[in-house]
Amino acid sequence: MHYSFFSLLQNALTGHRGWTPTWRDADPKPGYDVVIIGGGGHGLATAYYLAKEHGIRNVAVLEKGWIGSGNIGRNTTIIRSNYLLPGNIVFYELSMKLWENLEQDFNYNAMVSQRGVLNLYHSDGQRDVFARRGNAMRLHGVDAELLDREQVRTMLPFLNFDNARFPIQGGLLQKRGGTARHDAVAWGYARGASDRGVDIVQNCEVTGFIIENGHIAGVETTRGPIRAKKVAISVAGNSSRVAAFAGLKLPIESHVIQAFVSEGVKPLIPNVITFGAGHFYISQSDKGGLVFGGDLDGYKSYAQRGNLPTVRDVCEGGVALMPMIGRVRILRNWGGIMDMSADGSPIIDKTPVEGLYLNAGWNYGGFKAVPAAGWCLAHLIARDELHPAAAAFRLDRFARGAVLDEKGQGPQPNLH
Amino acid sequence: MRIPCPFCGSRDLSEFVTLGEATGPRPDPAASDAAEKFYAYAYLRANPAGPSEEYWYHALGCRSWLKVLRDTRTHVVESATLAREGTR
Repeated sequence: MHYSFFSLLQNALTGHRGWTPTWRDADPKPGYDVVIIGGGGHGLATAYYLAKEHGIRNVAVLEKGWIGSGNIGRNTTIIRSNYLLPGNIVFYELSMKLWENLEQDFNYNAMVSQRGVLNLYHSDGQRDVFARRGNAMRLHGVDAELLDREQVRTMLPFLNFDNARFPIQGGLLQKRGGTARHDAVAWGYARGASDRGVDIVQNCEVTGFIIENGHIAGVETTRGPIRAKKVAISVAGNSSRVAAFAGLKLPIESHVIQAFVSEGVKPLIPNVITFGAGHFYISQSDKGGLVFGGDLDGYKSYAQRGNLPTVRDVCEGGVALMPMIGRVRILRNWGGIMDMSADGSPIIDKTPVEGLYLNAGWNYGGFKAVPAAGWCLAHLIARDELHPAAAAFRLDRFARGAVLDEKGQGPQPNLH
Repeated sequence: MRIPCPFCGSRDLSEFVTLGEATGPRPDPAASDAAEKFYAYAYLRANPAGPSEEYWYHALGCRSWLKVLRDTRTHVVESATLAREGTR
């Protein structure tokens, strides 16, 4: 069913009885051309672009729970492409461009809102770093504006400009950045893929690989073995576990990051704001809740929940930045499990097992990357060659010493 | 999460920082396969979902390095010993 003003009107006049399920919940077939492990944003986007751009429709997406139950439902919905390193900028800008046309492309309201992302700076040194990043972005054709203190004050008069330790000196603004509705992204891609013949199989956990003569031949699942010519791993948070079924050891640790949403309040925060003196980022959802988060908890975890010291740290950052939110009540908080890679950048590559592809290591940048990760992984699966925008995201870059370390932290995943 | 420091007793998580998995000793830089060994040592992680041995530093306490056995699925800390008493 194509969604349009006309279909809405027609269903409004007939009591909304004509709506059909958005996508088809399939049972697994014995074999496919391509099996994608993980029914999150990345996996569903990959299936969608495989079917739409490459005409490969005999595809299954296997999800251990229900689609969208992983990190696509556990993020702060921010989209942006304000990166420094050449290998990263090109990729995230491709993603940004796909976001900008996403709703028209898959005919679903993902509520993409380009409300702007503002990174605040609080010292001369930090201003220089941000100016450098802004210049790198502009050289790659990405929009960036360096604002001074008065320009930020005009935009956001409620910030604590005269904090004794961290006075706000200005910010780096990417106007095209913003937010999107996370669940709708999963559902939109699921619908687009399902309409083109992709099987979305839920409650189907992969428990092993079928490998014949060094070539992938399928997967073992809780719903029986499924044969496949090609298999892609797209299971952020559990990449190490799934890759271990194929005997691979990855440069990844799984970490928990917490996020929070407050009670709904009237429109207050017009864009996405990040605090440069601590680690705190905030935006306001269309329902009115303030959505915010901060640092990782710092220790390896598969638990999807965090500890209180981080909650306190995030809230302290928020109140330091904008004291007015001090009395807003937190409605709920959650933890998502991140693939923290050894250099803070992702991996989209082939593996030593022929026909097995890996999409992993998204750190806490997985959401904004959804369209481009799907686009590039689909390209890799369909043509067996790397997409130019993701050419730096090689699995062997660590062994070669060609790491993409945006923050310059070294091989310590919990510091990225 | 609380960690039973052998010197200070049970202490809050906020006093500690973690280095990550308690891997083996630093490889010999003079060995012929040193590049490969250092790659594995610096970058690769077992990253198990379950009991995991990790190095933790009691930064706001006795400043000892600890070897902690912790379950990554539940955050339950099963034991903590001084890292220097380990066999590694």
